[in-house]
Amino acid sequence: MTIKMSSRVAQALTATGAALTLASPFLAWTWTAAYPGNLTLNGYPGGSQVVTLVTGLLATMFAAAAFGVPGVRRLAPAGAVRALRAASLAALTTTWVTVAAIAITLGGAVNVEPGGWLAAVAVLLLATGAHALADDTAESPPKGVRLPWAVEVALITVVFLAAMFVLTYGITTDSAEDFLAFLPAAGFGARALSVAGVTRRISEINARHRVAVAALASALVFPFTQTGDQYTAIADNILVFAAVALGLNIVVGLVGLLDLGYVAFLGTGAYSAALVSGSTFSTFHIAPWPFWATALLGMGVSLLAGLIIGAPTLRLHGDYLAIVTLGFGEIFRITVNNLDGTSGPSLTNGPNGINAIPDIELFGFDFGAPHTILGVSFGRFANYYLLLLAVIAVIVFVYARAGDSRVGRAWIALREDEKAATAMGIEGFRFKLLAFGLGASLAGLAGTVMAHLQTNAVPDNYKFADTAPPNSAFLLAAVVLGGMGTISGPLVGAALLYLIPAKFEFFNRYQMMLFGLALIVMMRFRPEGLVPDRKHQLEFHDEQVSGAEARQVAAEATV
Amino acid sequence: MSTPPVLEAPGTGTSPLLEARRVTMRFGGLTAVDGVDLTVGRGQIVGLIGPNGAGKTTFFNCLTGLYVPTDGEVRFDGAALPPRPAKVTRAGVARTFQNIRLFANMTVLENVIVGRHTRTTAGLLSAIGRGPRYRREERESHSRAGELLEFVGLGGQGNQLARNLSYGAQRRLEIARALASEPKLLLLDEPTAGMNPQETRETEELVHAVRDQGIAVLVIEHDMRFIMNLCDRVAVLVQGSKLIEGAPGDVQADERVVEAYLGAPDDEPPPLDEGDEAATRDPNQERTA
Ligand SMILES: Nc1ncnc2c1ncn2[C@@H]1O[C@H](COP(=O)(O)OP(=O)(O)OP(=O)(O)O)[C@@H](O)[C@H]1O
Ligand SMILES: [Mg+2]
Repeated sequence: MTIKMSSRVAQALTATGAALTLASPFLAWTWTAAYPGNLTLNGYPGGSQVVTLVTGLLATMFAAAAFGVPGVRRLAPAGAVRALRAASLAALTTTWVTVAAIAITLGGAVNVEPGGWLAAVAVLLLATGAHALADDTAESPPKGVRLPWAVEVALITVVFLAAMFVLTYGITTDSAEDFLAFLPAAGFGARALSVAGVTRRISEINARHRVAVAALASALVFPFTQTGDQYTAIADNILVFAAVALGLNIVVGLVGLLDLGYVAFLGTGAYSAALVSGSTFSTFHIAPWPFWATALLGMGVSLLAGLIIGAPTLRLHGDYLAIVTLGFGEIFRITVNNLDGTSGPSLTNGPNGINAIPDIELFGFDFGAPHTILGVSFGRFANYYLLLLAVIAVIVFVYARAGDSRVGRAWIALREDEKAATAMGIEGFRFKLLAFGLGASLAGLAGTVMAHLQTNAVPDNYKFADTAPPNSAFLLAAVVLGGMGTISGPLVGAALLYLIPAKFEFFNRYQMMLFGLALIVMMRFRPEGLVPDRKHQLEFHDEQVSGAEARQVAAEATV
Repeated sequence: MSTPPVLEAPGTGTSPLLEARRVTMRFGGLTAVDGVDLTVGRGQIVGLIGPNGAGKTTFFNCLTGLYVPTDGEVRFDGAALPPRPAKVTRAGVARTFQNIRLFANMTVLENVIVGRHTRTTAGLLSAIGRGPRYRREERESHSRAGELLEFVGLGGQGNQLARNLSYGAQRRLEIARALASEPKLLLLDEPTAGMNPQETRETEELVHAVRDQGIAVLVIEHDMRFIMNLCDRVAVLVQGSKLIEGAPGDVQADERVVEAYLGAPDDEPPPLDEGDEAATRDPNQERTA
């Protein structure tokens, strides 16, 4: 969408809007501290005002790039105006959400102080100006220059830290209003960076240095920023969810098998861990196994379950496979429900599950007790956070290496064209079973940690669909929403799908409906997911793609 | 039906490379391939022609194990060839498809490397471990695939997605992918379909170059000039049965062939089937597992 006006006016509007947007968070937006985050102070931005300020800074940066300010232009290699537009929309949506929320939650527009009105007008001016500027998208974005090694690694680390900061902000918002203001800002902000060509440049650098370590290091920062356990617990749940989604991504993303019962393998791992945990509710009254043995057991049992379920079903195709896996997922839940000594052999303690699972003790490190590292106290959830990061690192490592190998290529070939793959000598059944087993055992690994983290293993945690993750439907949605066949896709998808229901608890009754709606909208407008697969990047690289098409692809490769 | 004498390429073994005996394929009541005998000698280029729906593609599917023939036997390189695609490929038979079947969202280079599947061994554990043996195998696969891309004239396009290639280039990529499995016999199903004359000539040269590497070729083709220029021998398939077989010139001149293509004056034309090879047919008849 563009607005017609002279470029002089457009520039003036943009500049004025940006300046006012930056100024407005320093004014009071409302008179009462009843609104979350305290927006009543002059000279000190609080709560959602910070989001307006950050998006305003982003917009100002891209405005400067669009006006040709020397040096800044390099920050938007693929074109600054479209990035400016996205950033202005980020500022517009977040500010208006906040102002509207003040008016609604406090009972009327009178509760909005002049500062709030100024902010609302400022972002409108900014967005109008941005949409009136002439598009400057580069026909073919210039190739990125190589910087010295240290500079590139430092750059990547800063980017990951910034991403971590944004995510941390999202996790730690403690009101639905704040989260509602945060979501569109994060979405449009990411879109701005993407159309500016920044994301692409970063992933180029990333590919050169394989700086997974930098990502891991940034993720390690999170517990250091937390004083209590409240948000670390949320982060832990996200990590469990993300770990399982990554495992499912092997089956769904690489091999293209629709598995609707994947959560059963998470459950298998969790129950295996619970049974040997030494819990008094466990059928086996034994001393707790060391965690490394529990982890191996969980992976082994899940692998076995994967092979048993996969062997008869993987000869089926498409919808048939989906239905059969759905059935097996439910069979798992019903079985553990019935193994209570009454309806069946006594093993899982039926619907009550196995409770009071003790904390993990690994090489003398008690995960239940607080520890002090570098002067920061690590509580129970922070301990598990570290362990879960390690689990994710293992899964990412396996995923990346397996995916880019003879085996991974066979998987992708089967996904792309099974008949041709067969003719190339790939034994479809064998390789599908391998993927199924690998995915199952990774989910089992995550399950062992989950059982200890939640101190229980109950059947209702492993449903097909529920209002909170992880369940099979949410897992699949995390993979599809995030971007099939990518590593960051399921991570992003898991974070979003965990946070949105958690932060908007008042939606509870409508959650499934909204979830379904979101999926439909997503499939209609962005079937490739939030983080597009490498193929879209490649399309972008491709010399044969015309400038117009490249722009189109660039437009898609966003959010 | 008698088999004409096999032309042995000079200086090679005694048994023919491929020997199909009374290969028959029935789909319910329809006999798509009816007792076809065919031999391909080492280093030969043999053409397989016939009207639409004659059963040529079905015959290929029987040779490569995508279909299990109802009857008959296929021998390759002196041993029986079991109807299992992986074993067929490993034994040294590679093929292309009539309606191009590339791995569209993989790169051009990756497509060729997938072709090397049966010539490589790395499993899941060595892929995760990445020891020296794994790395050597990967290096070899990459360099071999690069050479093959050069050979078919796609050098420098390795990092594109297969689906972004032009039509002609996609057909050449299919040939490169097939060659990657180091075959002794290459089956080409209408390699010039949809090509302009210039591209057709390039494909002709490519097939010649393949034969010059000692690889025998069995090619289905509708372009008679292509067949005449290339083939040592031509077999004609009509309604599932082999009508005649012989030198290209003789076959082209044969009245029965002309009749089969154009229909005898008092005859109904053979049923035409323009459909996709398999898309519209009974899926139960296919084996992909
Ligand atoms: N899987 C199948 N199930 C049922 N019928 C089949 C199947 N595959 C092939 N046929 C039938 O077998 C006959 C031969 O088909 P085929 O595709 O082998 O012909 P073709 O000689 O390759 O023709 P074209 O020149 O059009 O490619 C057709 O009548 C077709 O309908
Ligand atoms: Mg055919």
